[in-house]
Amino acid sequence: MSRKLLLNNIHVEGIHTYDVYRKTGGYAAVEKALKSMSPDDVVEEVKKSGLRGRGGAGFPTGMKWSFIAKPEGVPRHLLCNADESEPGTFKDRYLMEKIPHLLIEGMILSSFALGCEQSYIYIRGEYMYVLRILEKAIAEAYQNGWLGKNIKGSGYNLDLSVSPGAGAYICGEETALIESLEGKRGNPRMKPPFPAIQGLWQRPTVVNNVETICAVVPIVNEGGDAYAQIGIGRSTGTKLISAGGNINKPGVYELELGVSVEEFIYGDQYCGGIKNGKKLKACVPGGSSVPILPHYLVCKTAEGNDRLMSYESLADGGFANGSMLGSGGFIIYDEDQCIVRNTWNFSRFYHHESCGQCSPCREGTGWMEKVLHRLEYGHGKMEDIDLLWDIQRKIEGNTICPLGDAAAWPVAAAIRHFREEFEWHVKEPNACTTRNYGLVKEKVFEKVNA
Amino acid sequence: MSEQIQKITVTIDGKTVEVDPGTTILNAARQIGGEVVPPAMCYYKPLKGSGGKCRTCLVEVSKGSEKDPRPMPKLVASCSTTVMDGMEVKNKSSERVVDARKGVVEFLLINHPLDCPVCDQAGECSLQDLAFEHGADTSRYEFKRREFDKIDIGEYIKLHMTRCILCYRCVYVANQLTPNREHGILKRGDAAEISTYIQNSLDNEFIGNVIDVCPVGALTDKTFRFRSRVWYTKPMDASCDCGKCGGKAVLWMIGNEIARVTARKDQYGEVEEFICNDCRFNKKDLKDWNVEGPRKISRHSVISTNHYEKVAPAHTPLLNKA
Repeated sequence: MSRKLLLNNIHVEGIHTYDVYRKTGGYAAVEKALKSMSPDDVVEEVKKSGLRGRGGAGFPTGMKWSFIAKPEGVPRHLLCNADESEPGTFKDRYLMEKIPHLLIEGMILSSFALGCEQSYIYIRGEYMYVLRILEKAIAEAYQNGWLGKNIKGSGYNLDLSVSPGAGAYICGEETALIESLEGKRGNPRMKPPFPAIQGLWQRPTVVNNVETICAVVPIVNEGGDAYAQIGIGRSTGTKLISAGGNINKPGVYELELGVSVEEFIYGDQYCGGIKNGKKLKACVPGGSSVPILPHYLVCKTAEGNDRLMSYESLADGGFANGSMLGSGGFIIYDEDQCIVRNTWNFSRFYHHESCGQCSPCREGTGWMEKVLHRLEYGHGKMEDIDLLWDIQRKIEGNTICPLGDAAAWPVAAAIRHFREEFEWHVKEPNACTTRNYGLVKEKVFEKVNA
Repeated sequence: MSEQIQKITVTIDGKTVEVDPGTTILNAARQIGGEVVPPAMCYYKPLKGSGGKCRTCLVEVSKGSEKDPRPMPKLVASCSTTVMDGMEVKNKSSERVVDARKGVVEFLLINHPLDCPVCDQAGECSLQDLAFEHGADTSRYEFKRREFDKIDIGEYIKLHMTRCILCYRCVYVANQLTPNREHGILKRGDAAEISTYIQNSLDNEFIGNVIDVCPVGALTDKTFRFRSRVWYTKPMDASCDCGKCGGKAVLWMIGNEIARVTARKDQYGEVEEFICNDCRFNKKDLKDWNVEGPRKISRHSVISTNHYEKVAPAHTPLLNKA
């Protein structure tokens, strides 16, 4: 059984209340940091731990923190990105709902490290009930002196508040999140300037994912070096994976990075295999925006090595034969699922969520959705497949924010790996509305001679 | 005290220019002029914060700077990327740029009604020029285009949202020239639309400038709508004594009548000085104006085809009716 750092006390009765959380060793990290560490020590520990951003991009957190500008007399801000809206990802909700004090403890530590006196948790509008849980927990933390003026006599002040969005996916992009928090329309900003220089109200700002901030707590408790021991290579620590789709045991799992994908899908302590004994068809390992993997690339890489749950191993093979760990939304498709329909579904989501600021994404996402809809319902043409490829190619990389890329990659990967199935939808317009294509043929990889 | 500002050099399509630090690639290209200038649909120099949205000005940076010669992996928006010393930029000489720009033009056109034959902007439309220069001959889009109802937003301005390319220029005008926030963007994605507060009109002394900054025919002058094609009118530089604005304008004449008044625009379609509503909509008598002489129009512009010829009577019946 893999070690748990965030979810180890999740099943303790009443862990969402302050008293129980404190009894199970909560807020020990804040005590330790405020008593015996300087803010730079905390940053140093996080750097040593090798913690990487858990929101999707996997950028080293310690490095991100060291980029923050520190001009005299200008307040800095820490924002927690709880706008978790990626289809397939539901790990942050689980954390905030079950163990809200962990996030608050992480926020105190991270704010202390960055020297912020006002921090915000930006939560998506649909998580209104989670917001209430968090607000209750914050009130408890204020009552017990963990927030407010002069925390536990250390002289450090911190105010923390929760701010709901209105349920837009784009507000999970850090600059759009900042705009939204300022009360404006949630359009991503042009970079540079980066938020670390000019963020919320033009002040230096760091935006981190919920899970990243929670992971700071065990790092401070056990030390950065101990945290770096867990995991594999540059993927250190544990990661929450929200598994869904056609598996026996969907849910949120915490695992040490480096567990093999095969074990994760078929192992009894994790997903427990494919439902109803069906065969695996495809897998989206990191939320809807990462490339989809066909069955022959899920457990093995193109070179034939075992694929592991880690940033590097999932990306092995680049975009042609690999994918990304992303935000950890692990979706499994069995042989009965239709990839065209799934791609259309994702595409519909990105069309709906595009902010409409820059033209390739605004117009391209809608166009892709319409073409995919046509293909799915048997009205497509052979040229449509090449058209889709061309549209995604012209969106990718040409937009202001990564939403354009996120909309383009699933379409690109689906056509790359499941082209036969798209063609079948054109050739058999009647059959494709009543039954599914089934498994795709395994591609034989040619060995590239160096 | 006279400290010399260190100029930095940047090469665009093989042409080198020295510019001040902090200049954007687009403005550096404009200092060179000619073919190397990337087209811009949303960037508007007088409006702070504009740019970066339309993605037509994408260029390839093949060398980051003298210090860090690595090329930038993605194409960058030249209107919002500042130059570095020794930067090398490829505009039309890069196939990637030409291809991406073709894509952007196609994206801009898929939901555009292409009703140029009945559009007042035809002839001075940035999108027309852009599509002519950078676009493909045919569209691959086979679905229903986005449609909106026409909205009257005030006494003088008509909003035809169907033609809009969401460049946000008019939003910046309303935010920066007028004291109140007059209008903005509603909804998102390809359903986004420019609008005012519910049933509100735009009435502000400078709001007429939204017509000038609009690159397409989405915001048009109601005093000029359907009166004439622009290439049948003669542009004349004129000025007047106006307490509110500089009073420098262009009169678009049909015979001896003033068909419409606009601000003076430079070769990139950017207004030199914003004018007030009074000058734009109400001073339609030659007595109000001090005519300076004919406006110089690029020889290649469609407007210049009929520049100094007398307007034939065949083109005027609409005018007589009105």
